[in-house]
Amino acid sequence: MLRLEGVTVRFGGRAVLDAVDLDVADHETVCVLGPSGSGKSTLLRVVAGLQPAHAGRVLLGGRDQGGVPPHRRGVGLMFQDHQLFPQRDVAGNVSFGLRVRGTGRAEIERRVAELLDLVGLPGAQKRAVGALSGGEQQRVALARALAPEPRLLMLDEPLGQLDRGLRERLVEELRGLFGRLGTTVLAVTHDQGEAFALADRVVVMRDGRIAQVGTPMEVWRRPASEFVARFLGFENVVAATVTGGRAETVWGSLPVPSGTEPGECVVLVRPGGVRLGPVPGGLACEVVSRTFRGERVVVRLLPEGGPELEASCPLGAAPGVGERVGVSFRVDDVVVLPQSRPFP
Amino acid sequence: MVLARPEVTEAEAAGAPDVTGAPAARQAAERAPGARRAATRLGLMAVPLAFFGVFFAYPVASIVTRGLTDGGRWQLARVGEVLTDPGIRDVLWFTLWQAAASTALTLLLALPGAYVFARLDFPGKRLLRAVVTVPFVLPTVVAGSAFLALVGRGGLLDELWGVRLDTTVWAILLAHVFFNYAVVVRTVGGLWAQLDPRQEEAARVLGAGRLAAWRRVTLPALGPAVAAAALMVFLFTFTSFGVVQILGGPRYATLEVEIYQRTAQLLDLPTAAVLTLLQFVVVAALLAVHARTVRRREATLRLVDASRTARRPRGAGQWALLASVLAVVALLVVLPLAVLVLRSFEGPDGYGLASYRALASAGAGGGTFTVAALDTIGNSLTYALAATAIAVVVGGLAAAALTRREGRLVRGFDALLMLPLGTSAVTVGFGFLIALDEPPLDLRTSWILVPLAQALVGVPFVVRTVLPVLRAVDTRLREAAAVLGASPLRAWREVDLPLVGRALGIAAGFAFAVSLGEFGATVFIARPDNPTLPVAVARLLGRPGELNYGQAMALSTILMLVCAAALLVLERVRTDRTGEF
Repeated sequence: MLRLEGVTVRFGGRAVLDAVDLDVADHETVCVLGPSGSGKSTLLRVVAGLQPAHAGRVLLGGRDQGGVPPHRRGVGLMFQDHQLFPQRDVAGNVSFGLRVRGTGRAEIERRVAELLDLVGLPGAQKRAVGALSGGEQQRVALARALAPEPRLLMLDEPLGQLDRGLRERLVEELRGLFGRLGTTVLAVTHDQGEAFALADRVVVMRDGRIAQVGTPMEVWRRPASEFVARFLGFENVVAATVTGGRAETVWGSLPVPSGTEPGECVVLVRPGGVRLGPVPGGLACEVVSRTFRGERVVVRLLPEGGPELEASCPLGAAPGVGERVGVSFRVDDVVVLPQSRPFP
Repeated sequence: MVLARPEVTEAEAAGAPDVTGAPAARQAAERAPGARRAATRLGLMAVPLAFFGVFFAYPVASIVTRGLTDGGRWQLARVGEVLTDPGIRDVLWFTLWQAAASTALTLLLALPGAYVFARLDFPGKRLLRAVVTVPFVLPTVVAGSAFLALVGRGGLLDELWGVRLDTTVWAILLAHVFFNYAVVVRTVGGLWAQLDPRQEEAARVLGAGRLAAWRRVTLPALGPAVAAAALMVFLFTFTSFGVVQILGGPRYATLEVEIYQRTAQLLDLPTAAVLTLLQFVVVAALLAVHARTVRRREATLRLVDASRTARRPRGAGQWALLASVLAVVALLVVLPLAVLVLRSFEGPDGYGLASYRALASAGAGGGTFTVAALDTIGNSLTYALAATAIAVVVGGLAAAALTRREGRLVRGFDALLMLPLGTSAVTVGFGFLIALDEPPLDLRTSWILVPLAQALVGVPFVVRTVLPVLRAVDTRLREAAAVLGASPLRAWREVDLPLVGRALGIAAGFAFAVSLGEFGATVFIARPDNPTLPVAVARLLGRPGELNYGQAMALSTILMLVCAAALLVLERVRTDRTGEF
């Protein structure tokens, strides 16, 4: 459906998108994940034709979109802050794309009612957009983007400004909706939870380049680099030298999965794989802080040598601040990342 | 020079496109979108540029050229001669100091008003805001007559206490305050109303006293607006013509009045040309300063909805402030207008409609006009409507071209649009006569000449009113429309036009009012048998006889009512985002 080939955009000499290649298949939901300034929104704007690319090609349904203006591309874009038209009511907003295509009045009314039902706002046609809550505006923006039945729907931080409960509910609803409609979706977000919940495939971006592509599970389980690991929130990342099934680090010797190539690399230990026991049993650490995260407690540990470690323990088993513990590592939660090198 | 050559070559090499195919294509792609945008903008600018070129730059340039050349040779020595003439120096000095004094006095009296209108809520506020704006859109001639009726010979103060101010500079200063009160109230008050009160509250919570919080938080935020308002007032009073012409008598003349006298009465074109240039230089400098303060004001402030910041007065201090502001408005704005109306009903045989009746008959005032004075209302309305249409089209296109605030060209264009406000209207009027008198542009006998000159002063108002609204329209709204399938034209119609429509209406109203009141240029180019209302008022005032005076007052009253009606309509549709006026 969508294919990007070597797309490059520069703002004042700085490459915001640097030779990006990307494919999105029909009916697939792809989520671009990255910190702010990584070029995600620019990517959507290039596909929509709002931002000309300085190099590379954008193909939609196999056709090069160079020189095709935004209003002839047949894509939908839901803006980060919705950008509803303030002077029109809900129906006026939702029907906009149909009206500019010259759809008949009766057909428009039918479609608007249908779409408002779909997004859970039945009968809201006459409401003023200024009087809607954030979540309702979101739904109207979605209905408006869906109305012209775009071949590709793009979402820019679709749930960014909503509170947490609403977000979690909407993610599920969106996923269900896209599945039912068979829509092809390209979304961008900085929130990994959102991306993983929404996407069939996740694309992690950094400084205008793609750092990793994979299913949510693949990316979560095997981050492709130290950057991806840290961006996903993992903090137990350390340089290591692998020899004979063990990795030598500043935290001592760690077990690594069998078959790991010997040599220099970077090792990630998921917080769940950091086990706390009596001091003589492992790496001696002092508990620096405890943070409740619902079901579990995240404990920060300061080893005698080397940077701080994070461990995730069940509620009852968390040690108090100032206590000394011995740390050991579970091999299943140790991930060997490629040698961290300065980003080219 | 030869030594520099290797560096030049090196720089060229660095800047030259790569020889390989792909990067060269990329560079072409980079240039293309920018080029298209620039072309669109140039297209939008073409009409305003042509308009200003033909109807502003060309007439002004021709009159200056005619004044400063003799037999095809430039006589630049005249510049020095005029500038060292003690009489001219006196005029320049008077122009400067009366403008400074008027500005200071206006700020002193109007800043409390700005606060009251911005932050206090009281019954009749909307009506009062319209009332204080009436003088601003009132023709200078009418403002002058209003003050003449108040402080002049046989005026209200003369009758009551034998006080006459019309030969003193005070009459001019007070008339200038009367005129520009609204500029300060609207420019400063408009911003003040939108300043977030929580900023001041934050300062209070951090330990600042009420006064300290105001001085450290609000005042710096208002500073640029105050400066901008002061500059506008200075500009208007520096180029003041009608007011000084009527109230200044033989003693006081501004540059503009002097230009008029040199041009129309003494036929001393060289001096008039030098004075025009002088005024041009001063005004250009002022506008440059103004543009800078405006930009700073736009840049930094966080604004809130104005309707949420006003409260009912609390405490003796606020009530006293409100009372004193109301008193100033009553004395300085309402009283002159009331006296004007009163005088219009006064005739030789006591109060009545004699003056109004006289307006209806031609030649009643001793052959002042070949037509009935009442007919001038029809002329004025027709001219003003045509001028408004021209101003809206030209100003609207200019505003559309200036929406994106980038590039030095745009900024220069921005300033250019303001220039007619400060250029000698007399020069423009006379320039029309001598420049547009031969084919292909022989407009001397065409009625369109008057609306064209009036539109010149209307355009800056249109641009200043519409531009901020256009700039406030989020580009992404247009993008949203484009992605939904709307072509650029459709997106403009669906997104921009509904949002800008109101501002455009207000702009048209202001353009209409200033066109209606335009005097300096119109007095030259209006044909004797088709005078406009302000021209008729000035002629009536220039003739002796009580009936003429009464007629002038009656005509002014009618003009005032037309302007006030237009203004009240505007006040209803006024939004808080609409520009500076």
